[in-house]
Amino acid sequence: MTKAIEAHGLTKRFGKTQALAGIDLEVDEGRVLGVLGPNGAGKTTAVRILATLLKPDSGTALVSGRDVVHQAKEVRRTIGLTGQYASVDEDLTGVQNLVMIGQLLDLSTKQAKVRADELLAEFDLTDAGRRLTKTYSGGMRRRLDLAASLIGRPDVVFLDEPTTGLDPAKRDDVWGMIRMLVKQGTTVLLTTQYLEEADALANEITVIDHGKVIAHDTPQGLKRQLGGQTLDVRAASPADLPHIRELLVSVGTREPEQPSPDQLSVPVRDDGALTTVVAALAQEKISVAELSLRLPSLDEVFYSLTGKTVSEEGAA
Amino acid sequence: MIRDSLILAKRTVTKMFRNPEQFVDVTVQPIIMTVIFVFIFGGAIAGSTGKYVEFALPGIIVQTIMFTSLTIGVNLNTDIQKGVFDRFRSLPIARSAPLFGAVLGDIVRHSIAITVTLVFGAIIGFEFVTPWWHVALAIVLIIGFAVSLCWVSVLIGMLARSSGAVQGISFLIVFPLTFGSSTFVPASTLPTWLQGWVSINPVTHVIESMRGLLTGNTGVVGDTLTGQVLWVIASCVALVAIFFPLATWAYRRKI
Ligand SMILES: Nc1ncnc2c1ncn2[C@@H]1O[C@H](COP(=O)(O)OP(=O)(O)O)[C@@H](O)[C@H]1O
Ligand SMILES: [Mg+2]
Repeated sequence: MTKAIEAHGLTKRFGKTQALAGIDLEVDEGRVLGVLGPNGAGKTTAVRILATLLKPDSGTALVSGRDVVHQAKEVRRTIGLTGQYASVDEDLTGVQNLVMIGQLLDLSTKQAKVRADELLAEFDLTDAGRRLTKTYSGGMRRRLDLAASLIGRPDVVFLDEPTTGLDPAKRDDVWGMIRMLVKQGTTVLLTTQYLEEADALANEITVIDHGKVIAHDTPQGLKRQLGGQTLDVRAASPADLPHIRELLVSVGTREPEQPSPDQLSVPVRDDGALTTVVAALAQEKISVAELSLRLPSLDEVFYSLTGKTVSEEGAA
Repeated sequence: MIRDSLILAKRTVTKMFRNPEQFVDVTVQPIIMTVIFVFIFGGAIAGSTGKYVEFALPGIIVQTIMFTSLTIGVNLNTDIQKGVFDRFRSLPIARSAPLFGAVLGDIVRHSIAITVTLVFGAIIGFEFVTPWWHVALAIVLIIGFAVSLCWVSVLIGMLARSSGAVQGISFLIVFPLTFGSSTFVPASTLPTWLQGWVSINPVTHVIESMRGLLTGNTGVVGDTLTGQVLWVIASCVALVAIFFPLATWAYRRKI
């Protein structure tokens, strides 16, 4: 399979900060790579280099087979970028924003208008199209930004934290749009701080921290490596906690943790653990306030992969 | 490149009409300035308002243009801060197209300001006594000066951290240039130490050229009209020679 993105040994330093310390990224055509990492890991820097906005200090990167430094203009013809912060022009309407970008991509004014209407409809912005974007909500701006990066029907799309700051319903909207894009055969590189998001959208996940790759796997493989899902139990009465702890020890792959006074959580091997726990709780007549199975948080991912929490690392 | 710059110039102009503050800068502000200077100070400074409008109008045009030509740095700085330039840079357009687009858009802004001021001036009694091509030359000259001066603003816009800082620094530069000139009072009425600065201040020569071309009164600070115009052209060349390379260097470094 041809590689849509192929980066080797990218480094970038800003003053004293080594933002990228030599990372490799690869994405096959038509696939989705999730780049997972905490704040400051170097995600945005990597995206900016791949999207030709920044030159790496060393290393090479090919996008659609073209060098991002020496063939920047050719690369720009094949990519779409949605930055971490929406880059729509606030004093223009949604339509004006999209038409202008269409024209800059060598569409005629008429073609640009047709394409803008198409995208506004696709992104559920038709009614808002004639309004100034400064009146848009955060979710609408994101969607317009996403639409703006798709005007030229790019082969490769970069999405830098596309759902950070959105509420769950809006997040689901954006996920739906990304899936639609992938269905059309577009290659997507998206960055995120949520394993859940990478798991939901990506074919492969690269975990980075301090400008280095610390894991690369399929979502399945990564979850296996991380001990699968995490079971959260919130006790109805604190007196039951020791009892619940015993139960969790029997299903968990590690010692249960107590993130808050009335709550216990433990990584579990498979979904069956939930049924086991529910049955045992019913049998012993212990009532709980909350019981849920979820993917590990980024903190837990880092703990599993590096034995340190994100904040400990930050301090180091 | 040219098409891209024009598309981006259109953006500058559209934004200006959308942004009340910037629109007021080139329409209401010159009118208010004219009213204040001609009707409030005019009687005291020149003895009669009719005489003073002849004297003040060219200066008001120059002053308006001076301030307008410095908004480009503020605008570029804001665009970069807000990430709008990231979008441009991910597109297959010339790197300098957004810069030239902004400059072209500003020319439209200047033209509006000049038209508004001249029309309003005519309404309150400014008489065009010079040949039409003098008036045309005056307009070309002042726009040429604005386009030369805008590179100073671009440079500040690229170097300063925030758009507020750009505004502050720009004002520090514009104030001595406009008020330390013969904009509102004849140079001969100023204290001697200030006359020294006024006579070398390029803005004085711009104003005197404008006055000469628009009203036919020449030689207020000594030179002939041709001399003044040549002075202005020389200042433009000097401004461009120094600030265009610096501004484009700073722009490329940032973009
Ligand atoms: N333009 C810049 N100047 C100085 N430091 C920067 C710049 N851009 C990023 N950094 C630093 O580089 C590191 C990586 O940043 P970034 O790529 O934005 O991470 P992420 O997107 O994963 O949060 C951070 O420590 C950040 O402070
Ligand atoms: Mg980031």
